[in-house]
Amino acid sequence: MDTVTPIGESDMALVRRAQAGDRDAFGLLVERYMRRAYFAALSLVGSSEDALDLSQEAFARAYRSRSTIDPERPFYAWLYQILRRLCFNFLRDRRTRRQTLEASASWLAEDAAHRSGPDPAEALAREERRRLVAAAIEGLPAREREVLALKEFEGLTYKEIASLVGVPIGTVMSRLYTARHRLAQALEIQR
Amino acid sequence: MTQNDPLDRERVQQLMMAALDGEISADEKRELDAAIAAHPDIAHEWLRFKRVKEVTTGMSLRTPPEETWDHYWQGTYRRVERGIAWLLVSIGAIILGGYWAWHMVEAFFETSDEPLGIRIAIAALVVGGVILAVSVAREKIFTNRRDPYQKEVIR
Repeated sequence: MDTVTPIGESDMALVRRAQAGDRDAFGLLVERYMRRAYFAALSLVGSSEDALDLSQEAFARAYRSRSTIDPERPFYAWLYQILRRLCFNFLRDRRTRRQTLEASASWLAEDAAHRSGPDPAEALAREERRRLVAAAIEGLPAREREVLALKEFEGLTYKEIASLVGVPIGTVMSRLYTARHRLAQALEIQR
Repeated sequence: MTQNDPLDRERVQQLMMAALDGEISADEKRELDAAIAAHPDIAHEWLRFKRVKEVTTGMSLRTPPEETWDHYWQGTYRRVERGIAWLLVSIGAIILGGYWAWHMVEAFFETSDEPLGIRIAIAALVVGGVILAVSVAREKIFTNRRDPYQKEVIR
């Protein structure tokens, strides 16, 4: 799963250069994966500021530990392990401090393709549904939320999710089942 | 599968997920359809899941302003630099603190006429403080360097 862009070097080559002390090579890896890391963090913690902070911290830790990266293995999968641990610990600490997520649930948007017409009543209903879905996802346990986000927002296959999260495909499916079951309940209760 | 068939619910749950996400084979789809036809509760659950899937499919993560990415790498690198700076500051503070504490204790024992018990208590306090500081610093440094992602805690 080594990523090569048409005009760029492969991850493997960049990792090797970064390990040899080339800071700019690591910068190219950051630029390649910053959006993906940011959105992964956003789907887990539900706050754009925190997602930016946590994703940057994951890259900073990856940079400090770059000598331990295996260039033969996918860089993002390695980075993701750091990122998810940071996010999970962040969620645990936030729960401990009883802080709440962004009140507006502004991390989630409705796709343009699913919007229709300028009817104010319809727009209000859509906004309410977006809030309900965001609140329901925020209420999920972190591991279920992670799998749901990787499926729904990143569009990964079960095999890819299993590989990133480090669990069997059956576990991915059962976490998805539980997450969707909870979402269905939450949406019905609040309807 | 009929109403009297023993139903493997876990299997059906996985089939429903696979069907929702387009990762189901033709044989599995037939198996799921049979379960839905034979069990009204499964049929009801399947409709609920389809509704949830419809709703989540219509959602996406909000994109931040494009400027967010302009200084992303610089911001990340600044963190690395600050991390190194904090490490050096911590090491310096521990060495200086230890040196200062050692001299304080030494001076105290040379000049003090406090009872022996008090002097031992003060020495224990200072030595304990130094051990604690070194232990915390060592944990911070080595946990981050050697074990970047094993200490996962979920509640």
